[in-house]
Amino acid sequence: MSSTTTKVAQAAPEPASAGTEGTRGDSAGGTEAATVPAETGDGRARPGNRAPAVDYAEYRVIPARHPWRWVGTAVVALGVAGIAWSLATNPRWEWGVVAQWFTAKSIVDGLLETLKLTAISGILGFVLGFVLALMRLSASPLLVSVSWTFSWIFRSTPLLVQMLLWYNLGYLYEKISLGIPFTDVRFFEIQTTTLISQFAAAVLGLTLNQAAYSAEIIRGGILSVDQGQLEAAAALGIPAWRRSTRIVLPQAMRAILPTAFNEIIGLVKGTSIVYVLAYSELFYTVQVIYNRTQQVLPLLLVATLWYIAITSVLSVFQYYIERHYSKGAVRTLPLTPLQKARKFLSTHALSADNSAKVTR
Amino acid sequence: MSTLATEIPATGTTRGLVEITKVRKSFGAAEVLKGITLTVEPGGVAVIVGPSGSGKSTLLRTINHLEKVDGGFVAIDGTLVGYEVRGSTLHELRERDVLKQRTGIGMVFQNFNLFPHLTALENVAEAPVVAPRSGKPRLTKAEARERGLELLDRVGLKDRAGAYPRQLSGGQQQRVAIARALALDPKILLFDEPTSALDPELVNEVLDVIRELATSGTTLIIVTHEMGFARDVADTVVFMDEGQIVEQGSPQDIFTNPREARTRSFFSKVIEPAFNI
Repeated sequence: MSSTTTKVAQAAPEPASAGTEGTRGDSAGGTEAATVPAETGDGRARPGNRAPAVDYAEYRVIPARHPWRWVGTAVVALGVAGIAWSLATNPRWEWGVVAQWFTAKSIVDGLLETLKLTAISGILGFVLGFVLALMRLSASPLLVSVSWTFSWIFRSTPLLVQMLLWYNLGYLYEKISLGIPFTDVRFFEIQTTTLISQFAAAVLGLTLNQAAYSAEIIRGGILSVDQGQLEAAAALGIPAWRRSTRIVLPQAMRAILPTAFNEIIGLVKGTSIVYVLAYSELFYTVQVIYNRTQQVLPLLLVATLWYIAITSVLSVFQYYIERHYSKGAVRTLPLTPLQKARKFLSTHALSADNSAKVTR
Repeated sequence: MSTLATEIPATGTTRGLVEITKVRKSFGAAEVLKGITLTVEPGGVAVIVGPSGSGKSTLLRTINHLEKVDGGFVAIDGTLVGYEVRGSTLHELRERDVLKQRTGIGMVFQNFNLFPHLTALENVAEAPVVAPRSGKPRLTKAEARERGLELLDRVGLKDRAGAYPRQLSGGQQQRVAIARALALDPKILLFDEPTSALDPELVNEVLDVIRELATSGTTLIIVTHEMGFARDVADTVVFMDEGQIVEQGSPQDIFTNPREARTRSFFSKVIEPAFNI
């Protein structure tokens, strides 16, 4: 990354581009190499190209200063400090109560239930969503309409209603059986109320709803991949399934991931809706406790802090997963926060003598 | 350049005959191919030239069944592309069998269409591992890598095997794409304007690779606007306009003594700048 000034000063008309072009001594590379000295060698060279009298190569580079950035930072820091101070000193937040309940067994149990629901319905929802997206994009009119209808139904009914319907399925159908319709053949039969527990109703409701939304997200991602990619894969004889999973999906991931993480983070908090089934996940647990102790705000804070914690962890995952899928999409991967911090320290903390070398 | 000259595996002598018979194709109301008949002999090099929208690319894409024909048929070494003859009926082939046919036909696209999330080597080594091939076993991953490196070496890019397409210049990308098309040892190679998306100074590195292939015994069908290259490399030049073949013949005939007025007027517009290079 040496500057152009340096190169001219060293009077080295070396064709740097020939190196990057590969080692082939073909005509293209040859002409390029030939033109460079001609340009700098003749007397008509433009002023910008003329070698300066002073050799700047050994000069120390001082990075540009940004005083207003520091002013802005100070203002923002002051505001943040003010908010933090009020949070810490206003006794009505009742941090003591928050601390007391934060890791209480019932709360942690509820938290684990929340995580379990999120993981199961998130994974199942996205797997089903992927299948629905492929169906929607398939050539079969039947598959297309089945997929469309699925999304239509589950996106048009409130999740709350879906939950209650699943939980009360036993009221509509006393028994569930697998067999051949319109005959007496039954492979097995089960009481609906035995099959649909609170947990099953919660997972069923969340999964199907999630699938309807993620199908659209995944479809959008797939549509964002250039048609030429599919053509090239087809022309190479790569089978359809492999085209989807190896060629299209990894490229679609770049468009899918940000929205998908939105959905997952929404789902973490969305699981709180299963309180209507009296399912003791985090939010329901908190409600039960504050109904008893009347410490409403502190307990809501406990739940909030846990939701923030989960979301934060997910955001870190999101960052690294997105980074993984940006492979090949950018020429050089952006630095991770850790690498950035290291670079910042090395450029700002070192003595001035070294700073020139570091910035080069 | 010497790497390119190393022997390319000898393809059988009777492989790679392309017969296009009365092929018709419409997109909506527009008929883009109006009954094209063309034969390219095994090992032959046919260059298709003509104005934009004359149906050149569409014709090329019917050869590997990326476009289904509306009428007529395409046959490779006597076997119909995309259909199976049973008695007096034609049965459309299932996807899997179409894929099998395609592995005998390599294609190079105007926009390269390299897989951007895979390295140069992974691009080249992907198809031999997964594509169904008639008569030949699939390669293992290790074999495909080795073969991929050989092919990248042949196009002069062995040292860039680990680079992603976006880290390569246009000419390098197209050379990787050619290596990728060669990975299945096709008997026919289709080039759809392989240099149209390239900066002028990168065109030659791609044309040089194609020139080498022209002597390898593989049948080449090339759509291009590079008239000088066409004259060099072709044994047949086909001039198309408005969905029809206006005339075809040796480069000498077509470029210096065109019979048709349409051909003359086209070349009078395109040839001069092309030959000034």
